[in-house]
Amino acid sequence: MATLDTSRPAAAELFAGLSLRTWKLVGLAAVLVAACILPFVISSYQLLLATQVIVYAVALLGLNILTGYNGQFSLGHGAFYAIGAYTTAILLDKTGIPYWATIPAAGMICLVMGFLFGLPALRLEGHYLALATFALAFAMPQLLKFKDFDFLTGGVQGIVITAPDPPAGLPIRADQWLYFFCLLWTVLLFLLGWNLLRGRTGRALVAIRDHPLAAATMGIDTARYKSFTFGVSAMYTGIAGALGALLAQFVSPDSFDLFLSIRFLVGIVVGGLASMGGVFFGAIFIEFVPNIADQLSKAAPQALYGGVLIACMYVMPSGVAGLVRGIGLRLKRWTAAGPP
Amino acid sequence: MTANGRREVWFGQTGMLPARGEPRALGRQGRTVSGAAANGAGAPLLGVDGLSVRFGGIVALDNVSFRVDSGQICGLIGPNGAGKTTLFNVLSRLYQAERGAINFEGRSLLDRPRHVVAGLGIGRTFQNLALFRTMSVRGNVMIGGHCRGRGGFLADALRLPFVAREERVLAERAQRLMETLGLAALAELPVSSLPFGTQKRVELARALAGNPKLLLLDEPAAGLNHEEVDELRELIRSIRDRLGVTVLLVEHHMNLVMRVSDKVVALDFGRKIADGTPQEVQRDPEVIRAYLGGAL
Ligand SMILES: Nc1ncnc2c1ncn2[C@@H]1O[C@H](COP(=O)(O)OP(=O)(O)OP(=O)(O)O)[C@@H](O)[C@H]1O
Ligand SMILES: [Mg+2]
Repeated sequence: MATLDTSRPAAAELFAGLSLRTWKLVGLAAVLVAACILPFVISSYQLLLATQVIVYAVALLGLNILTGYNGQFSLGHGAFYAIGAYTTAILLDKTGIPYWATIPAAGMICLVMGFLFGLPALRLEGHYLALATFALAFAMPQLLKFKDFDFLTGGVQGIVITAPDPPAGLPIRADQWLYFFCLLWTVLLFLLGWNLLRGRTGRALVAIRDHPLAAATMGIDTARYKSFTFGVSAMYTGIAGALGALLAQFVSPDSFDLFLSIRFLVGIVVGGLASMGGVFFGAIFIEFVPNIADQLSKAAPQALYGGVLIACMYVMPSGVAGLVRGIGLRLKRWTAAGPP
Repeated sequence: MTANGRREVWFGQTGMLPARGEPRALGRQGRTVSGAAANGAGAPLLGVDGLSVRFGGIVALDNVSFRVDSGQICGLIGPNGAGKTTLFNVLSRLYQAERGAINFEGRSLLDRPRHVVAGLGIGRTFQNLALFRTMSVRGNVMIGGHCRGRGGFLADALRLPFVAREERVLAERAQRLMETLGLAALAELPVSSLPFGTQKRVELARALAGNPKLLLLDEPAAGLNHEEVDELRELIRSIRDRLGVTVLLVEHHMNLVMRVSDKVVALDFGRKIADGTPQEVQRDPEVIRAYLGGAL
């Protein structure tokens, strides 16, 4: 049994005298420090892209909780991104609510919407659920253009919003402040997500994905978990949409078309299903690869994009996260085989 | 399994099973260990009454009644297709009964949703394995303790103090169960990479993690060699004696059933054909006919 021989107690895994856990923490701290330095060393345009990447990472985490961890497919998460974005835009446009307070409001609205959408979706399995969410994303731009809601949504024209000012006394530019504001939300949501997924709830989500009947036999109320997961997932993506609206300073129906939902799905698959770290790679992919493809080939950028996507799936069938995990495993085996 | 010359220890040391009541925070503690004969009178732990199940034209269970008293090891035998697994699936609320009633600790079971069954104290293993494929051995065993935890989405996301405490207790309990069942060295491996017999042991550990009062074992001896069956017998005994768990055992391995059981129920074509001590059931002409008929 070759597979059995690779097993050794977790406590014995040491690299250069430090446990794997310590290394992970050190790595995480380094990434956070780098993220804080970043806005002072790159151009404004690059900062805009970087901010969009962390915003997408939040949206992708939401979708990954639903699809990667819980095994429910959604081809329509762009719709929740849109609802979050419009919530913030409308609140800023019509009320005096401060910009930071619109973010939790968008999250709450999407939580409820996602939960309600998840209820009938409980009766739908696999492909049917995918189709139902597809319909939602398909209908969203037209719902946003709907005449009777014009007074709120601004119809085809959309809504223009102004970027928030940095807090008084903080000597940074508005775009730098917005980056930190988004980073703060990202860190918070990833912390909450990490807690959620490593504990009882996370195990239940994966159990439902792997074997729903056995999960029920373990005492897991599968229907309840699935609808709550839909809500939480929509909340994450909705908050990302709200942050994205602040970043773009503009919302319009056509920025939330079906293609956005597809890009989210591409993002979690490229990054790695059921991986928290992977969503950052996924976010980088969906933010940069279309632009690069555009620059490389004026004639057929989408074909190039598709080609890159297929190549990615071929080289890393379980996403970037799977690739990293595989390298880590090989490294572990290699160091274990070295000195006794 | 033994290609590299290492014999897999089947069930570690059964003496290491934590005594009932030790793992406190998760679930009820201090259940009295009642021996086989201690509970003659009083209400049964499990009462099955006139149970019938039908799949289209097939009658899988036909008016089956029996009882299992607290602290008993009850064998459930019958030829292939007799309805043993079907009975387990009705007890787990996976299958719908057409007629009849089931009482567990004096309360009706059939009007409850399937996800509360584990919390009531009924744990089980599956004949054809129903593990969580992508999870590690440890993850699978810990999922077994789900029914004893309380953390919901919000409490988990905030990792409230009680959540952290419950996780710690559950992790310790899972670790102890894995050590007892000889799974500790495999804890971080994905279950799907393990051989069938080992996966059956993971299922047993997972069921025990839920701290059940009644344990349903569906052919735990399948694929085991002679020695391993002996170890399994000792393990089932110690689960009853040390943990105070009542056991309902489906098994084709007659030697095991007859030696470990306090009583045996025999099914054939969905009907109960015998019910009594192992000696009585072994001598029962209908049981002999059912098995001989099956062998011919
Ligand atoms: N889900 C199902 N749908 C249709 N028929 C079923 C189903 N489950 C069981 N049956 C039928 O019910 C009868 C009893 O099956 P069951 O699996 O309970 O037998 P068993 O006693 O466990 O047999 P074995 O010893 O082979 O495991 C069989 O005829 C089987 O074909
Ligand atoms: Mg069976």
